[in-house]
Amino acid sequence: MTIAGVRGVTGEERSDFTKQEGKRLRQRSLSLLRSLLHPVRVRLYWTLVVVVVSTAAQVAGPTLLALGIDQGLSQVIDNNNWLPAQLIVSAYVLTAIVSSTMMAVYMRSSAVLSQTVLIDLRERVFQHTQNLSMSFHENYTSGRVIARQTSDIETLRELLDGGISNLFRGILLMTFTAGALIALDPSSALPLVIALIPAFFLTRWFSNTSKKQFREARTFSARLIVQFVETMTGIRAVKAFRREERNEKSYALAVDDYREANRKVIRLFGTYDPGLKIIGVFTLAAVLILGSFRVANGAMEVGVLLAAVLYTRRFFEPMEELAMFYNSFQNASSALEKVSGMLEEKATVVEPLNPVSLPHPHGKLDFSDVRFGYNDSSVVLPNLDLHIPAGQTIALVGTTGAGKSTLAKLVARFYDPTQGTVSLDDIDLREIANTDLRRAIVMVTQESYLFSGSVSDNIGLGKPNATQEEIETSAKAVGAHDFIMRLPEGYATDVNKRGGRLSAGQRQLLSFARAFIADPTVLILDEATASLDIPSERLVQRGLQTLLADRTAIIIAHRLSTVSIADRVLVMEHGEIIEDGTPEELIEGTGKFASLHSAWRDSLA
Amino acid sequence: MAISEQQSTQLSTTQSLLRVYPFVQGALPLLFVGIFVSLAAVATALTIPFALRWLVDNPLSTGDVAQIVPGVAVIFGLGLAEVVFIYLRRWITLAPGVHLEGKMRNAIYVHLQKLPVSFHDKWQSGQLLSRAMGDISTVRRWISFALVQLVTSTIMLVAGFTLLFSFNAVLGGIFLVCSLPLIIISLRFQRRFTTLARNSQDQQGDLATAIEESVHGIRVLKSFGRAGEALEEFLEQANILRGTELAKGKANGQMWFWMLLIPDLGFAITLLIGIIEAEQGIVSVGTLIAFFATAALLKGPMQSIAPMLSISIEAASSLNRFHEVMDTPIEILEVRDAQEVPSGPGQLVFDNVHFRYEDSPAHVPDLIDGVNLTINPGETMALVGLTGCGKTSLTALTTRLFDVTGGRILIDGVDIRDVTIESLRTKVAMAFEDATLFSISVRDNVLLGREDLTDTENPVLIAEGEALLQESLNIAQADFARSLPKGVESKIGEEGLSLSGGQRQRLALARAIAVQPSILVLDDPLSALDVTTEAAVEKALREVLGTTTALIVAHRPSTVMLADRVALMHDGRILDVGTHSELLARCPEYRNVIASLEEEKR
Repeated sequence: MTIAGVRGVTGEERSDFTKQEGKRLRQRSLSLLRSLLHPVRVRLYWTLVVVVVSTAAQVAGPTLLALGIDQGLSQVIDNNNWLPAQLIVSAYVLTAIVSSTMMAVYMRSSAVLSQTVLIDLRERVFQHTQNLSMSFHENYTSGRVIARQTSDIETLRELLDGGISNLFRGILLMTFTAGALIALDPSSALPLVIALIPAFFLTRWFSNTSKKQFREARTFSARLIVQFVETMTGIRAVKAFRREERNEKSYALAVDDYREANRKVIRLFGTYDPGLKIIGVFTLAAVLILGSFRVANGAMEVGVLLAAVLYTRRFFEPMEELAMFYNSFQNASSALEKVSGMLEEKATVVEPLNPVSLPHPHGKLDFSDVRFGYNDSSVVLPNLDLHIPAGQTIALVGTTGAGKSTLAKLVARFYDPTQGTVSLDDIDLREIANTDLRRAIVMVTQESYLFSGSVSDNIGLGKPNATQEEIETSAKAVGAHDFIMRLPEGYATDVNKRGGRLSAGQRQLLSFARAFIADPTVLILDEATASLDIPSERLVQRGLQTLLADRTAIIIAHRLSTVSIADRVLVMEHGEIIEDGTPEELIEGTGKFASLHSAWRDSLA
Repeated sequence: MAISEQQSTQLSTTQSLLRVYPFVQGALPLLFVGIFVSLAAVATALTIPFALRWLVDNPLSTGDVAQIVPGVAVIFGLGLAEVVFIYLRRWITLAPGVHLEGKMRNAIYVHLQKLPVSFHDKWQSGQLLSRAMGDISTVRRWISFALVQLVTSTIMLVAGFTLLFSFNAVLGGIFLVCSLPLIIISLRFQRRFTTLARNSQDQQGDLATAIEESVHGIRVLKSFGRAGEALEEFLEQANILRGTELAKGKANGQMWFWMLLIPDLGFAITLLIGIIEAEQGIVSVGTLIAFFATAALLKGPMQSIAPMLSISIEAASSLNRFHEVMDTPIEILEVRDAQEVPSGPGQLVFDNVHFRYEDSPAHVPDLIDGVNLTINPGETMALVGLTGCGKTSLTALTTRLFDVTGGRILIDGVDIRDVTIESLRTKVAMAFEDATLFSISVRDNVLLGREDLTDTENPVLIAEGEALLQESLNIAQADFARSLPKGVESKIGEEGLSLSGGQRQRLALARAIAVQPSILVLDDPLSALDVTTEAAVEKALREVLGTTTALIVAHRPSTVMLADRVALMHDGRILDVGTHSELLARCPEYRNVIASLEEEKR
């Protein structure tokens, strides 16, 4: 298998990567980490300096204390000379102030560092997710996108908050100590150098084994989040279909998996860290026994041996901190593997490099030789040629699955055609600047999603900085004003989670108002009136007639009542337009629409 | 976007932390052993210098080579013992931590599933997610790392100070007095940090909400081209969180400053006084050395208190957030001696039913304001009314997704609050207008309410499940499911599956049909279907409805046609009940609600 198996989010749930794949994942996550750290490198260096000074001051403390007792005290007792004692105590106070001040500075500086990196990553992932095309979102469970943006990013925070100081201080202390030891007695440093060999292999073992576990932990945590989010968003269905117990069981299994992965990771670390310490103990014994014989032979001073032993011990002490850094590093880099995978996903619908600006569109729409399928195997629109003059209102009719929504999605540029072009005012949609395109074309779907916030906020989404007056005008235009005024706090009423309190019809009216205020040149209504009661629909249609007077509209509706306001009706089947004409023409004809229409007429009261 | 409205209960950090007890109960002995082993590790580490001193003083200074090897062996042994203790500590404290995490995660999920829909309507989903994921991890880290270390440090400090006093009461006293400001500083820090930790966690929940909404609402954001605004708003929130985190960093920095400085100043003062005392012969030089050697050992535990304190405060706050959910009572409960729904023909009666949302203002009348309606066994009743008049709420009452606030609902003469919820929801199946499907296979979605046919090895039942699946798909006109990439095994929401609203609605309808309930409650189940499909579904449904009691919320005359009778709802009341033609004839409000545009023009 080649590395194609791990491109983007492909293979994200696996943990059995080949060497090559693993390497690529690692590189991808490291290069993301590098690119995140690059902008803050100056602060990183500055933090490093702070750590160096603070560590040095902390190391100096005990030395001064020992000096105070040794020198200061003997000077006082022997010579009644208080000066050295005073000097040493003052120096001690000074180092204390320096080291604690530096520590405080370090804490703040590393918080700034870590928060800057985090917000950078948050922004990148959020923006990228928003930019990714609908084809990505329709293939990738939303829960996983949420997992990437919450718990995965959290691991990076853990690394940055705790890890950097561990790393810096550990390396620093070890370097200082090793340097001091070499200066003191190079031959005592030999066991230390030899000890690095098993330490290296142990670390490699930990690195290789834990990688798999960390990856699994990330996958399982994402699974937990997916199930959690789905359960909570679909709580009504969960309850109505007594799904609780089975959910409980499957969630418990996921919790078990996650817990096991975590347990394995912690156990690995629980072996790795004492393993390093064992190496330390052996090294210490080696230094001690070699030195002791040399002391016994008179080849070495006792004091030197004592110092060598202390240095050896001190050399291994920060190992734990380093190991902990490595642990959170491994964790974060497995998470970054997933995050970077998502960042690697390319938007298939991209903003043009040299966008054509279209500030005042007229609304002429053209499909020329358009072929489209959601994947290679199935073609939804085999060959579509359609020309809609500016200002025309089109009703799109046909059975579910005929390709009506797909056509609408192409106009809204949720997707790009596989072949051929869709153009607005004779400019390919792919060349129009995104902001202009979105201002020109707005689609209202059946699913009327409301964001948490007030009614006003939700309508105002259609037009940033809309005034309250504009919001109310648009609500009045679609007949939503009355029910809004009856809400507890009118326009300021919080719509709550997913608009739980509003009925489906009311939510649809709000999304209408949202489209109304956006004032687009081309309006696409995909089943946007399905949940309305007849009086509301009547109001909306009255509103639509004025609203659509001077703009292009594509209306997909199952209720043929909507058709009456259309200038032209298109009947679709299997991705092709089989009938095309004015409503009157088609009704009088003998085609599909005529029979649909009479069936519909019969269905009316 | 507001921070969770829930008030955090006013508990002290310790009180909040103690509430973790039920989740560590079984593991408590392990934690004690862990603390003990960890003390043993510290004690072993402390003996090594003594052994070293002995080695230096005895064999090395006397040149007694024979004693060197045993001496080194002892030190080596002590070193190994320390490592073994550390290994054991990690091994022993591992289980309580991860098990606590698992237990808490399951507990909050189970509780959330039991909490009524009204709770879920009120809470932002991100706030729930952050509680179920982040907060629980925080508590786990506290149990696994901080708790043992905190206890160990405290014990070491107490033992250390006792030793210091035994060396020299005056110096020990001075050192202790010098360390006292730390207590005040810790308390002040605690107060400040508690607020910050809580804010940060709430803001993380808000951020999770923003993320969730940006993903779930992606179609709206894309269609209006509002990615930029969404990003701006997200960043604004992320920046608020960042500000809180920076304030936390600052508070931590200040805490560290004092935590490092004060013991050192204490050292300096005692050193000075010690030298004076030594000069005056009050203490011996040996004692002074021993005093400072011990005092130096206390620096580590003293310094470790600052981070442990912040972790503990964060854990306390996380536990509070966790318990805010856990403490919310489950309002929709079964009575103690709840029976199964009696196997009757399926008569559904609304008896003076009232309903209002608990937080709706006093001046607003009840949303459902005294509904009286009887649906006879096997009868299909259409429920018609203007949007927002309470139809959907009325359907939600039948399966106790909400409970009536007045009156009662009877099934075959039994109040639905007197029967088990499980049997009620088996007897009554629902299809919602907003067709939520889960990211499991089409088969599992349709057979969601039939675990008797899916979670079984019995080939007869499996075959029955398959037949039922096919039948339900047929009735709901959901043949498209068979031509999906992997047929009915295709997973919803993945593998390129983007279903249209109509397709989702038909699967949701098939799901309700597959329950084969006595009572079917359908909330505008055909709204997204085209005329032809709708007609086909209606034709097939008629056969099912022939024997099933049904309540169907409808907007269209075509759906109303399915019904034997129609109930017209207006402002939370049933205005009139009768056949479609009766109502058309006698009820002007009904004509207003149901008559189409075409009709009006005629």
